[in-house]
Amino acid sequence: MTKGSQYSHRLDLENGRVEMAHGSGGKAMAQLIDELFLQAFSNPWLDKMNDQACFSLPAGRVVMATDSHVISPLFFPGGDIGSLSVHGTVNDVAMSGAVPKYLSAGFILEEGFALSSLKQLVESMAHAAEAAGVAIVTGDTKVVERGKGDGCFITTTGVGVVPEGLNISGDQVAVGDKILVSGTLGDHGVAIMSLREGLSFETTIESDSQSLQDLVAAMVEVVPDISCMRDPTRGGLAATLNEIAQSAGVGMQIYEAQIPVKPQVSAACEFLGLDPLYVANEGKLIAFCPADQAEQLLAVMREHPKGRDAAIIGDVTEDSLKFVQMETTFGGKRMVDWINGEQLPRIC
Amino acid sequence: MKYVDEYRDGQLAREIAGRIRNEADPERNYHLMEFCGGHTHAIFRYGIPDLLPGNVKMIHGPGCPVCVLPISRLDAAIELAVTHKVILCSYGDMMRVPGSRKRSLLKARAEGADVRMVYSCTDALKIARDNPDREVVFFAIGFETTTPPTALVIRQARKLGLTNFSVFCNHVLTPAAISNILESPEVRELGVLPLDGFIGPAHVSTVIGSQPYEYFAEEYQKPVVIAGFEPLDVLQAILMLIRQLNEGRAEVENEFSRAVTEVGNEQAKQIVADTFELRRSFEWRGLGTVPYSALRIKAEYAGFDAEKRFAVKYKSAGENKACECGAILRGVKSPRDCSLFGGPCTPENPLGSCMVSSEGACAAYYSYGRHQESVFASDAENGAVTDVVPDATNIAKERSL
Repeated sequence: MTKGSQYSHRLDLENGRVEMAHGSGGKAMAQLIDELFLQAFSNPWLDKMNDQACFSLPAGRVVMATDSHVISPLFFPGGDIGSLSVHGTVNDVAMSGAVPKYLSAGFILEEGFALSSLKQLVESMAHAAEAAGVAIVTGDTKVVERGKGDGCFITTTGVGVVPEGLNISGDQVAVGDKILVSGTLGDHGVAIMSLREGLSFETTIESDSQSLQDLVAAMVEVVPDISCMRDPTRGGLAATLNEIAQSAGVGMQIYEAQIPVKPQVSAACEFLGLDPLYVANEGKLIAFCPADQAEQLLAVMREHPKGRDAAIIGDVTEDSLKFVQMETTFGGKRMVDWINGEQLPRIC
Repeated sequence: MKYVDEYRDGQLAREIAGRIRNEADPERNYHLMEFCGGHTHAIFRYGIPDLLPGNVKMIHGPGCPVCVLPISRLDAAIELAVTHKVILCSYGDMMRVPGSRKRSLLKARAEGADVRMVYSCTDALKIARDNPDREVVFFAIGFETTTPPTALVIRQARKLGLTNFSVFCNHVLTPAAISNILESPEVRELGVLPLDGFIGPAHVSTVIGSQPYEYFAEEYQKPVVIAGFEPLDVLQAILMLIRQLNEGRAEVENEFSRAVTEVGNEQAKQIVADTFELRRSFEWRGLGTVPYSALRIKAEYAGFDAEKRFAVKYKSAGENKACECGAILRGVKSPRDCSLFGGPCTPENPLGSCMVSSEGACAAYYSYGRHQESVFASDAENGAVTDVVPDATNIAKERSL
């Protein structure tokens, strides 16, 4: 604690609650930063307590990504909004092949939010950052009146550096490329859905929320010719493939039988009337690479604990209409279209 | 997944498809209507049209509860939430359907109305118990499958003595809609809609049994096969219909013998009969006014009838003139025949109800099938279809559209 002595009482992290004063710029805010954020995130840049972090980056192209997190509930099987806010941005940076280095974190807290919950979230962020090899070097805290937030919103921004020789981008995807996924789809979305009000069902499914920078590092080392990587978060695999098909001006052909989905996730989707291809993931990636290197890439992914269930799921095709099509396990063909709004459950 | 994968087996599918190809008489066409939107969805989702020979055509029926609800009744539901300020509980599918002036329940919610999505009508009952100082209305829609649960919550609400809970009842009946289609001038006189047989929805028959379809088989000489919703069920039902037609039979057959009996679920039927009564007529989107085709809450439960409680008024509401949902719901036209399809009307911005629900023919066609050339009856000249399996030329043609 850098300035512990200047406060008459320690912050009550057990029973205390977020008050408007914690975002006012006064002493209460300074104490929150000192006794909570600095404690958890401590690093040479943050500890300087400037309004900004000043750092140097190794030579190379710099990558930057930002992501806001508003998930409900804040705590879910397999993670919480704290770790998710680190994983989300780390993964966005890593999908360029970059090594993520630094994060900023902006908190919007609702008046009345339990400090014990905030402490849990902040510590979870710190663990996630440490595991991903990134430092949270600057941040901001605002408090909104009770009823005007949902407990805690977190926005993180990350920077990283791309190793030389990589050019990984949606527009690099070419006809003939193979499409790979790093593991089972739909785990995160179904884990969250299982806690929704009016829907709660018992399941052992946990969110797949995890950072992928180490898997990416292993992949680009062996196959630097990867054309594109993307983490299929909101909108799931379907949205991500359609986005890339649009930006690269290609079509895609995938094979349902090759797409890894846990039986519990299929079952939950089945009774909720959802399609796992449209359900969110927070710890999986989709990769495109030239066909002749696909097997090699698959082998590297499968050797890594975060890519154990990796699979080649399809091919990039020539198609002026940029359609994503799927051969069903049943033997027929269908389109895999964009999601429209929220996936709504069917009536019967 | 046990009890599911068995009914999606690709090898078995190819075998049944092979039998369909062998047994379908190349000299004739088979026009088969899957009544239910659940079947339409399964047909598209699993790519069943790819497995059928060109002369076996699927026609999509009106069995999508969201699609057939007329705009006036949706407007009334929105009014309940907006003007009467009730907590309106609705099944998810209904939330996005556009009513008059493109208003939907979702938009009403965004403007401040208290509209909640529920997975079951018992959730609505719970909301009523949790909010004793608010009026809670369950927006009940659906065919015979969803009717018994609605009846149960009404009875439960009475048992609990709830005074703030009511049901806006829009339950409709499958056999009445099939009769209406078979009696329509397009089928009986004009011959615009060739219709050789029906696939009946299994979940409806788990309640009403297979018996109500005997009439169609006998009176109209149309074979009916009651089928489950897994893709193998649908393929098997198509094969059974082809066999009946080849043999000149018109019978009710039950493909879904794993749950459907001749008489259905007597207990569920009794609860429905005790709680609801027939309406003399009811407006269906697409079919118009259909006599004795829907249910209303019996007088003894009037306190739970939102229509009475809030004196719900219906104002007639016009459809978009170019929208072909009506003809599509009757099977007379295909989504592709509609000038709005895929242009002004898409799942993101639906103008007609068939584009909203994933069970609607337009949405299924748009989301799963728009890569294909025609595989559906009215896409091509009826009765003159030779080869509808998409080939390179067909695809090229479609893509130039």
